[in-house]
Amino acid sequence: MQIDLKGIHKTFGAVHANDGIDLSIPSGCIQGILGENGAGKSTLMKILSGYIQADRGEIFLDGTRVDIRSPNDANHMGVGMLHQDPLDVPPMRVLENLLVGGPGGLFPQRTAAREALLSLSDQFGFSLDPEAYVETLTVGERQQLELLRLLWLGARLLILDEPTTGISALQKEKLFATLRRLCEQGMTVIFVSHKLEEVEGLCHRVAVLRRGRLVGEASPPYSTDRLVEMMFGKAITLGRKEAIGAVGQALELDDVVLEDRRMVVGQVDVEVSAGEVIGLAGMEGSGQQLLLRACAGLARPVHGRVRIAGKDLTGRGYHAFLRHGIAYVPAARLEEGLIPGLTLAEHFALTGGAKGVFIDREAISTLGRARIADFSIRGTPLSPVEDLSGGNQQRALLALMKPEVSLLLLEHPTRGLDVESVIYIWGKLKERCRQKAAIVFISSDLEELLHYSDRILVFFGGRVSPPLPAEGMNVDDLGQLIGGKGWESFA
Amino acid sequence: MSALRSGFIYRLGGLLLALLFTTIVLVLSGAPPLEAYRQMIVGSIGSVKKLTDVLVAWVPLALATTGLLLTFAAGLWNIGIEGQITLGGIFAVGTLRLLQDSAVPGGAAIAAAMFAALIGGALWAALAGLLKTFGGVNEIFGGLGLNFVATSLTLWLIFGPWKRPGVGSMSGTEPFPQTLWLPQLEGLRLSLWSVALAVVAIVVVFFLLQGTYFGLRLKAVGRNARAAFLLGVPTARYMMLSFVLCGALGGLAGGLQVTAVYHRLIPSISSGYGYLGLMVAMLVNYQAAWVPAVAFFFAALNIGSIQLPIVLKLDSSLAGVLQGAMVLAVLAMEGVRRRVQRVREQVTA
Amino acid sequence: MSLDVALIGLAGVLASAAPVLFAAIGETFAERSGVINLSVNGTILLSAMGSFAVAATTGSLALGFLVGIVIGALVALVVAVMNITLRQSQVAVGFVLALMCRDLAYFLGNPYMGLSGPRLASLSLPGLSAVPVLGPVLFRQDLLTYFSYFLIFAAWVWIFRTRPGLGLQSVGERPAAAFVRGLPVNRLRYLYTVLGGALVGLAGPAYSLSIKAGWKGTISGLDGIGWIALAITIFGGWNPVRAAFGAYLFALLQWLGLVLQPSLPNIPSQVLQVAPFPLMILALLLVNIGNAEWVERTLAGLPDEVRRGVARLLRSMRASPPAALGLPFEQE
Repeated sequence: MQIDLKGIHKTFGAVHANDGIDLSIPSGCIQGILGENGAGKSTLMKILSGYIQADRGEIFLDGTRVDIRSPNDANHMGVGMLHQDPLDVPPMRVLENLLVGGPGGLFPQRTAAREALLSLSDQFGFSLDPEAYVETLTVGERQQLELLRLLWLGARLLILDEPTTGISALQKEKLFATLRRLCEQGMTVIFVSHKLEEVEGLCHRVAVLRRGRLVGEASPPYSTDRLVEMMFGKAITLGRKEAIGAVGQALELDDVVLEDRRMVVGQVDVEVSAGEVIGLAGMEGSGQQLLLRACAGLARPVHGRVRIAGKDLTGRGYHAFLRHGIAYVPAARLEEGLIPGLTLAEHFALTGGAKGVFIDREAISTLGRARIADFSIRGTPLSPVEDLSGGNQQRALLALMKPEVSLLLLEHPTRGLDVESVIYIWGKLKERCRQKAAIVFISSDLEELLHYSDRILVFFGGRVSPPLPAEGMNVDDLGQLIGGKGWESFA
Repeated sequence: MSALRSGFIYRLGGLLLALLFTTIVLVLSGAPPLEAYRQMIVGSIGSVKKLTDVLVAWVPLALATTGLLLTFAAGLWNIGIEGQITLGGIFAVGTLRLLQDSAVPGGAAIAAAMFAALIGGALWAALAGLLKTFGGVNEIFGGLGLNFVATSLTLWLIFGPWKRPGVGSMSGTEPFPQTLWLPQLEGLRLSLWSVALAVVAIVVVFFLLQGTYFGLRLKAVGRNARAAFLLGVPTARYMMLSFVLCGALGGLAGGLQVTAVYHRLIPSISSGYGYLGLMVAMLVNYQAAWVPAVAFFFAALNIGSIQLPIVLKLDSSLAGVLQGAMVLAVLAMEGVRRRVQRVREQVTA
Repeated sequence: MSLDVALIGLAGVLASAAPVLFAAIGETFAERSGVINLSVNGTILLSAMGSFAVAATTGSLALGFLVGIVIGALVALVVAVMNITLRQSQVAVGFVLALMCRDLAYFLGNPYMGLSGPRLASLSLPGLSAVPVLGPVLFRQDLLTYFSYFLIFAAWVWIFRTRPGLGLQSVGERPAAAFVRGLPVNRLRYLYTVLGGALVGLAGPAYSLSIKAGWKGTISGLDGIGWIALAITIFGGWNPVRAAFGAYLFALLQWLGLVLQPSLPNIPSQVLQVAPFPLMILALLLVNIGNAEWVERTLAGLPDEVRRGVARLLRSMRASPPAALGLPFEQE
């Protein structure tokens, strides 16, 4: 399918998310859309797939001007989109997910759908159980299900929005092979990503977006430097890797075993020194979150002991852990981290240690301004937190941590942030390390894990590797482990 | 047009809409609408006596609303306030019954009864709070269930252990002697003591929510309990505190119904002021400063509607219809205002 | 108690559970689509009054039932407009409507208090009603009770087995997913809220034209039933069959209370009358306590066998609401 976009405009409030984008995509190719978070990639794709409507502009499919008013329209025209977070219904079965919204009479044709699912699944080497509940699948498998659903609906254009977030290296390889095959069969694929190496390895052409505009196009062989320059408007390098001498013990997990409704995690035996950074790697839902929560006192181990700065806190509550110098920063910033409706200053008042009964507005405002400057947050003490951008919300969360904290527990500290924010935030975190704080963090970005950790714990289906030095490990080694390969050596 | 003014106009529009709806209801029931409204106005502010009657109703309503501001701040729907008022009444009557034949002077007995009323309301609220925070039972269902239990407890006391000499009746328990009454204005049902208590409660809660760390933490819990917990606020304790404080104010209202109004336990000691308080809180958009005025208005509707069955043979529940319609219409107009605003923003953008 | 008396009693239990069942299943539909209609208690009173007034005036039972259903649908429509279109809190709107409809019922019903009106006749199914034991219990009922049997089955099949039912589930669990699959999320929410409201509305005439025929104002004994029905929706885990079990359990307990009262003179009648409410709280406690954080924490400290056993027990009782219940859906 040949796609032509002409003069697409879309604004959200004051943000011009798409500012007159013109783009032509020939039939049967894999088109990469590259850009930073917030560059307008997702908006453009949601417009093309009917999820939202453009304010102005025209869309042509195979030369015909079309009006795509809903995802349903898009499906009928052969346009299917795989959203970043698979849009499926977790408490329903795989087969039922396929049937929802599909054609048919009062009773769905289960048998026919099951056969179609199994045959498509076979064709691409996926192994999906039609009767399994979606909530028991990994992100990668849920993506495969969505992909099959779109193919089943007869999609001729596939849009994939950041499809490699949260899936294993193996699943990624499988996905790429599938996309190449589909393309050979005449499918047009749009691959949206902010990861250079993926786009370079997979795509036949690349278009780069920056701040809502199309700033350039490229075809192989790609020049990485040029792509970077187009994405950011300037060249960017990551900070130098630095090791901080370890002194004193910040956290000790002594044969810890954890259990939740889905899995048993452990056992884990690790000592973390002050100033050290530990990365937790694994596919989403492999047990790393449960372990981090146990370090914060939010989950209680069924076996083993948890010691914070040498003190045994096993079985105590989160607030006891807080008093002993931990800080926990959840991934869901507006759901679990910040309080919508309260201002930045009120957040600082809430966490700053109350003095007296009445709030000293003056003092809080001063403290707020100082922290805002310190973390270069774009906002004022009176800004409601929900008005801040994602990067600024993350900075605000870090600014809320007390200076005397000795153990930082972070879930995806840089997920969804632009590179500048990532570098800034890690700069701030390393500063804490120099002040003898230890960091334990979860990430699904392998580069980030390797670049910033001293040691890494890899999780696979509840199994936990011994702490592995990050030095000398590369993305492939780590990817293999995350995908469940090479675990024999730990037995 | 300023946002404040347009908000006010939409609100006014809501009130008019509610009046229109009630008029239609009146016409449907074959009653003369204007005469009904006139009766309600005369019946509420037509004389000093009526006006003080409105204030008698204003006190428990204002106290309940004020208490509810605390639970609303913490994001809780304390529907159990009815039961908490009732328990306040029961505890007050129980205390007075214990002390009325003893050597304790009247003033001290009344003070003790009021204190017991506070405790009674707080305990009943704590029960709903425990069910919510530790049992996961939604406070709406927990509170409602406890309301029904409180009502039947009252009935059981009136017809059982506390029944009048002879046989129990719906008119309540044996009235207390005048020494156990809060002093009332000459020839009127109003006690300035209870008005003073309500005013103090409103002022205290206003400052508690406006300028204290306590109020800020309550708001944090109400807006995002999970984040507040992770930021170090002991959420369960603050939820319990807001329940207990709200229950105490409700209990105080129940205690005043006993010591200043009925002087005995009657089957409907809470008189629906708790539910009405929830509506007032919604109508004032949870702002303490507006509570006195709106509570007065609702109290006036309640008192004014007493005229309806007497003069026009209509059911007095018309007041409830009008009050409900007002809250709904104001909520609806608020929704319309936001929609209009969104559309305007889109047009300008 | 002789067998015959017991059988007639059980038949009465099935009949008196019917309106509760209508309301609970109606609410299950609305909540499955993501909308809480908290007005149930007031709706039942208003539709009971309205359908009685119309049936008593016109002498037509059918018209009476129709009016009840329409009232329920209209109140639900208000909930839907206020929530879906005007984005106001479902709890606030539902609660105010619960109170207002009750007052409206008392106000408008004033002239009809104590009048006599038509009543739905019982209809023994020929053949089936002669079956020993089961016959007298199940098949000597009125049309409504037969409809209630059918409704349990039909609602279950609709939600879990049909194509539109799968759509309904997805709308309440993950509206965005339903939307990309081509389902009109908000229109479906309107539809199921109003449909559910119509079923709730049917509960009104089921009382005033059948089980508790007539209108007696505040002493009709209907105030509170709606809240029980809402609790049964939760207890039923948003599943019509489990909700039906809750409704029958409730009706059975009520009947036992009546039967046992004479033999338990020490328990005052007021206690037995409100017994359903503490039981409602207890039921909600059982289905919800497994979700409490402190329970998980305590469990983790127990020895393996005990922990697994208790966890299994709690899980079997636990019920989780549709994930998007109470949340508005907007397309960015």
